[in-house]
Amino acid sequence: MSLQGNSNLHSHHNLLPAEPALRVEALETILIRKGLVDPAALGKIIDYYEHKVGPRHGAGVVAKCWIDQNFRSALVANATTAIASLNISGRQGEHIVAVENTPEVHNLVVCTLCSCYPWPLLGLPPGWYKSHAYRSRAVREPRRVLAEFGVNLMPSQKVRVWDSTSETRYIVVPMRPAGSEGMNEGELAALVSRDSMIGAALAGISEPA
Amino acid sequence: MTKFHDMGGRTCNEAICRTGREVNVFEREWHARALAATLAAGMLGAWNIDASRHARECLAEEDHGKLSYYEIWMAALANLLVRSGLVTRSELANPANADKVPLSASAAKAWQVDGILNKGSPTARESGNAPRFHLGQTVRASHPHSNRFLKGGHTRLPHYVQGRTGTICRSGEAHILPDSNAHYLGEQPEHLYSVRFSMAQLWQGDAERSDDEVVLDLWESYLEAA
Repeated sequence: MSLQGNSNLHSHHNLLPAEPALRVEALETILIRKGLVDPAALGKIIDYYEHKVGPRHGAGVVAKCWIDQNFRSALVANATTAIASLNISGRQGEHIVAVENTPEVHNLVVCTLCSCYPWPLLGLPPGWYKSHAYRSRAVREPRRVLAEFGVNLMPSQKVRVWDSTSETRYIVVPMRPAGSEGMNEGELAALVSRDSMIGAALAGISEPA
Repeated sequence: MTKFHDMGGRTCNEAICRTGREVNVFEREWHARALAATLAAGMLGAWNIDASRHARECLAEEDHGKLSYYEIWMAALANLLVRSGLVTRSELANPANADKVPLSASAAKAWQVDGILNKGSPTARESGNAPRFHLGQTVRASHPHSNRFLKGGHTRLPHYVQGRTGTICRSGEAHILPDSNAHYLGEQPEHLYSVRFSMAQLWQGDAERSDDEVVLDLWESYLEAA
């Protein structure tokens, strides 16, 4: 068999249209005609990731951690069961570990091999998290990456990068910002951005527009 | 030689394009549809997450260079559908000519979707073996490393850490071994450890700051006592 023949055997996808919108339509057509997918299930999946999960879940967990010492201990000991007690669970969040930022350590999460990310807590990952640049650089020069993100570390902080190589998913608990002492749980959650729970921002600091 | 997907530590001078708060979860409508088709087809149970990652990783080098994130998902989905025997090559070439068949009993129905996504698929398992390593132990990541079941097969030990020495900082349950599961050779659960490596150990003289750290989750057979 020719090399071309071999490569075709591995690359069945080249039979589909190259243009992405046409390609997805072709896949849907095949899956539906062949009875492999319930067409109504496709819309339910999109609705789930657009509306039912997202960073507000993670922000609620962080705010609760800041004000409730018992919850904080439970979260650090076993984040999977602690968040399940708040009815948060699901795909790409089956095994969760929470890592706390402190004056000694700043945590940053990456997946150098693909794009592993705690979907039930943060929703689907943003484009930059999946980019080749972030995946290459985060483990090699995290301080330069953080500086580009506008994160000013304290001189006392070491950087600890978590490369998500297994099915364990990481959420960073950012430090509670100064001036937030009198705030309630809802007000605190509003200070917790998605990127602060990846370690790519600090809580209470606004992200670039 | 490292595979394309194994990006950690690769020389890269590109800035990371972080545009801030994205307005939409999906930048394009077809991104949402590509994700939905991939997850819905995955719910048939004809392959597992490790096989699905492997299908993305072993796309041709030129595909990786030119395809965007969700295009890679779609290419891998098409390949998985044919390899698993669910779809023929001629159906891929002419989707509108595929025979119309009633919905398969193994397809997820719309009403089941939220439950399936909320439940997830935990990978922790009983291994039946005592862990070989303990908290605080110094270990070395295997080098040269490859999938021990299949030449060129799937594995989750990044190139940049192979041969490096680190310390076990978390030791917990056994998990499904991706190297085996990706090739339908069974779950073969192994103990999973979080291993902390200093930047000095990983990058030597090139380290940005020597006492900064990278932690990776590594399966027992990826490690040896050091």
